[in-house]
Amino acid sequence: MHPWVGAGDEDRRHILEELGLESIDQLFASIPASVCVDRLELPAARDEESVRMSLSRMSTANLSMGCVPSFLGAGVYRHVQPSVVDAVMSRAEFFTSYTPYQAEISQGTLQVIFEFQTLMTRLTELEVANASLYDGATALVEAVLFSHRVLRGKRDTAVVAETIHPMYRRVLDTYAASAGIEVVTVPPGADGRLDPDRVRNAASEPCCVAVQSPNFLGIVEDLPGLAEAAQSSGALAVQVVTEAASFGLLAGGGRFGFDVVCGEAQSFGVAPGFGGPHLGFFACSEKHIRQMPGRLAGETVDDDGNRAFCLTLSTREQHIRRAKATSNICTNQGLMALAATVWLESIGGSGLRRLATSCLSRTEELKRRIAELGAPWELAYPESPTFNEFLLVGPGNGPDLVHRLAEEGILAGVPSTLWGGSWPDGVVTAVTECNSSHDLDAFVDALKRVS
Amino acid sequence: MSIPADLLYARSHEWIRVDDDGVVIGITEYAQDQLGEVVYVELPEVGTAVDANEELGTLESVKAVSEFLSPVAGEVIEINERLEDEPNLVNGDPYGDGWLVKISGSPEGEATLSPEEYSAFLEEENS
Amino acid sequence: MKRRAIRPEPLFFERNRRRVPRQGFLLPELDVPAVDPKEILPPELVREPDPDFPDISEMEVVQHFHRLSQLNYAVDEGLYPLGSCTMKYNPRLNEVTARYPGLAGIHPLQPESQVQGALELIWELEQALKAITGMPGVTLQPAAGAHGELTGILMIRKALEARGDTRQVVLVPDSAHGTNPATAVFAGYRAVEMRSAEDGTVDLEALDRMMDDTVAAVMLTVPNTLGVFEHRIIEISKLVHDRGGFVYIDGANLNSFAGRALPGLMGADAMHINLHKTFSTPHGGGGPGAGPVTVSEALLPHLPVPRVVREGDTFGLLWDDPQSIGPMRGFYGNFLILVRALTYIQSLGADGLRAMSDVAVLYANLVRHRLKDAYHLKYDAPSMHEVVFDDSIQTRFEVHNTDIAKRLLDYGFHPPTMSFPLIVHGALMIEPAESVAPEEVEAFCDAMLAIAKECETDPELVKTAPHDTPVRRVDEVRAARNLKVRWVPEDPAP
Repeated sequence: MHPWVGAGDEDRRHILEELGLESIDQLFASIPASVCVDRLELPAARDEESVRMSLSRMSTANLSMGCVPSFLGAGVYRHVQPSVVDAVMSRAEFFTSYTPYQAEISQGTLQVIFEFQTLMTRLTELEVANASLYDGATALVEAVLFSHRVLRGKRDTAVVAETIHPMYRRVLDTYAASAGIEVVTVPPGADGRLDPDRVRNAASEPCCVAVQSPNFLGIVEDLPGLAEAAQSSGALAVQVVTEAASFGLLAGGGRFGFDVVCGEAQSFGVAPGFGGPHLGFFACSEKHIRQMPGRLAGETVDDDGNRAFCLTLSTREQHIRRAKATSNICTNQGLMALAATVWLESIGGSGLRRLATSCLSRTEELKRRIAELGAPWELAYPESPTFNEFLLVGPGNGPDLVHRLAEEGILAGVPSTLWGGSWPDGVVTAVTECNSSHDLDAFVDALKRVS
Repeated sequence: MSIPADLLYARSHEWIRVDDDGVVIGITEYAQDQLGEVVYVELPEVGTAVDANEELGTLESVKAVSEFLSPVAGEVIEINERLEDEPNLVNGDPYGDGWLVKISGSPEGEATLSPEEYSAFLEEENS
Repeated sequence: MKRRAIRPEPLFFERNRRRVPRQGFLLPELDVPAVDPKEILPPELVREPDPDFPDISEMEVVQHFHRLSQLNYAVDEGLYPLGSCTMKYNPRLNEVTARYPGLAGIHPLQPESQVQGALELIWELEQALKAITGMPGVTLQPAAGAHGELTGILMIRKALEARGDTRQVVLVPDSAHGTNPATAVFAGYRAVEMRSAEDGTVDLEALDRMMDDTVAAVMLTVPNTLGVFEHRIIEISKLVHDRGGFVYIDGANLNSFAGRALPGLMGADAMHINLHKTFSTPHGGGGPGAGPVTVSEALLPHLPVPRVVREGDTFGLLWDDPQSIGPMRGFYGNFLILVRALTYIQSLGADGLRAMSDVAVLYANLVRHRLKDAYHLKYDAPSMHEVVFDDSIQTRFEVHNTDIAKRLLDYGFHPPTMSFPLIVHGALMIEPAESVAPEEVEAFCDAMLAIAKECETDPELVKTAPHDTPVRRVDEVRAARNLKVRWVPEDPAP
């Protein structure tokens, strides 16, 4: 017997009797004996305290970001975590419920999705947004496949900026081959930014042009110029965002004519969690809504004429469309979308702006102090505008610098060429509202000691 | 289920009206009943070339999607633009205002069914 | 009895209509000089303040979500007998371990020496799933079951490419969930449907005819989507392997035999596991899930990267391997979901997992026994952890499965899965899972029997259900016809 199995031994005997059976094994008679085992090769059941100790030991063997000054970014960011977020996420009505297929008893979940969709449309400045995707990397994949579909499969090339998170690019490569799509890369210029002319000439008749802004080097791209470059070749313009907090200060790509704005919304109240679960998002213009991947909540009415919400346009999805579905996605990241909704509504509109300004101010301050410090440390792109990340170079390669700074008690950032890249070998450093002036001091002091 | 006597039919549940310059098609009353309330119709562009039995477009209800096929080889001459705002015409008046597409070409030599053959076919399907 | 949440809850955007500044969350004080964004960033890229993204105070946030939560039915409330979803108890212990700061607060790109515990955890779960399935390899990367399916099929594709084989077809039973053919097409294959035998299992003759050197793989769900075990699985696997193909098993129904049988012995080459089904991680209102894939020897070289590797007592990450299909998503997997699954598996242990599947199957058969005279059972074959009825008795009174589902809501239960699998028209697929007490299963059966009676004596009551839910039947047709997927400022106030 086990507390998580509802029937006791006596219950089991009683039910077997009712079914006219002698042994539970009779219910498994259709399974060939040759595939059965008497017992799995696993330990016996353990009590709660024992399991807590086991997991706790593995937990304390890690150094969590809150313990030392931390400047890690590159797709996963440390931002404030209002306690209400976890309190709401812990409500069983939210986390133990299923996908809201039965709308009448899922209005809570559905309204949250509708609010999340609305928030994402306001931030991306596009007309429709879905209920979430797995993460930023797969969001990029979905955007490329989406563009391919919208152009009716007639264009098989995708132009992709090299300064999109290189890990995202590797994930795209996994999918692109089986989709028959060729990916053409455009490297950044000497200033770490994309040149729209170069993008325009990268390929003839691509289905999309995908750029990230702020990019992997932290630099803000010329979105109007890049949207124009995409459209001049009849391609869809895709903006990828890995640091969603940037929406607090930077306009969404929809403002400049981007057809898709997608990426990672982990910054909105989702725990870093060693890489997952995170929160992919996807927004596009209304005219393409039928090609959009992922779930969608819509507003309607009930039999009494009261406002109600339900999942809609399900015919795009696999359980109905089967081989012609718009995407492979089924279960998405619903609970994370709830977290983001609570986070955004708790921080508020002007709060988000203040948070982003705080990130920007602190980043500029750190950049200033590093510039003051001088050789052997310098910013790789001192003149290029950044939001809250930048590339730092110093006396050694990226992994080496990160290691030595860790020994000085600083989590300085992520090595910039972990996945290759045509930019200098250094450290991508991120600064958020969680990095106090004291943290910045500690960072600069560590740089001095490592010189 | 009504099966008008002045039309031809396909096994894929389209009806066919032969005009001088081509054929007009829609889906039968049986088909719209099976599909449920139509919420969206995807029609081809005028000028699209099609083969016989090639998919022309789709009809969506809340829970299902159904393709409709061209019974002839030809070119799309006209589409029912009213369906963009009133997709439920397919349910309410499947043989009239719920028509879908007009295609140049003739059904001669194609495997169409007479009203009686279609009726028998439906009976067979449902037994 | 009335539920709470009496007042309709407005949207966030409909609150604070006068847009009065209120204090939302307090941010850390700015202890460096404030900058003017337009001086640092290109001014044309700077966002203007959004008047329709209000600021509300903390209690407003709490009340908003509290009221919304009360509109939901959840596993914690009562039985959720969704076939193929395995809606079991989500242990609170999982929620404790997943929140340990050393697990929730670590960055995936920290130096390996700083995250040894996390890497070890991934390793431990991998070993556990290999033991549970009897298969030699596994990836924990996929974020959901469908994602796992795609991963499995891509590995099969890679294995075939490696031996210069260009097969183009994947066979899928007509009873399969839509994700199966969708996955095959996504991976660049043609999905060809196989008709089921009379008893709902794979038709061996059909398979024999169709399995040739153009077929890369056969995708099977075991037990199948009718809750029936493919008793000739060994013959099926042998036939497929002899002709150079691979066997993919959709593990959505693993709750029926985990602890008792090993897919590795059934000839599986790849099988995805839904941690949010079999291994108790919460459904979260639509995810996050996790869909690890266990593999046979033949597919080991093609597992996604990055992979956790072990040297003595030290763990590391392998990022590159030319034989791998590559990464399927960012980083290593839905790690905090993996934490929950490991918590569950360590808690249950070998004997607990066995009891889990025993009782899951026992309860499903109890339901079958109690309802088989009132509802039509299309397939006579033995049911495992789920039983599929259809509404053909009730349709005589013009009541359909959807109506029965809506009426169940009035009785305080979540409905079963409906209209799936496609080969059963008007299906009601019931999977009680093992967590609830027997009394809860009996109460569900009582409700279903009462509704069956109502279909005869008062069908209108059933057809106009639900009557006692927070909203009445929702107009899904209108939602699809008049698409409205966001709030805009022009919307009228509620």
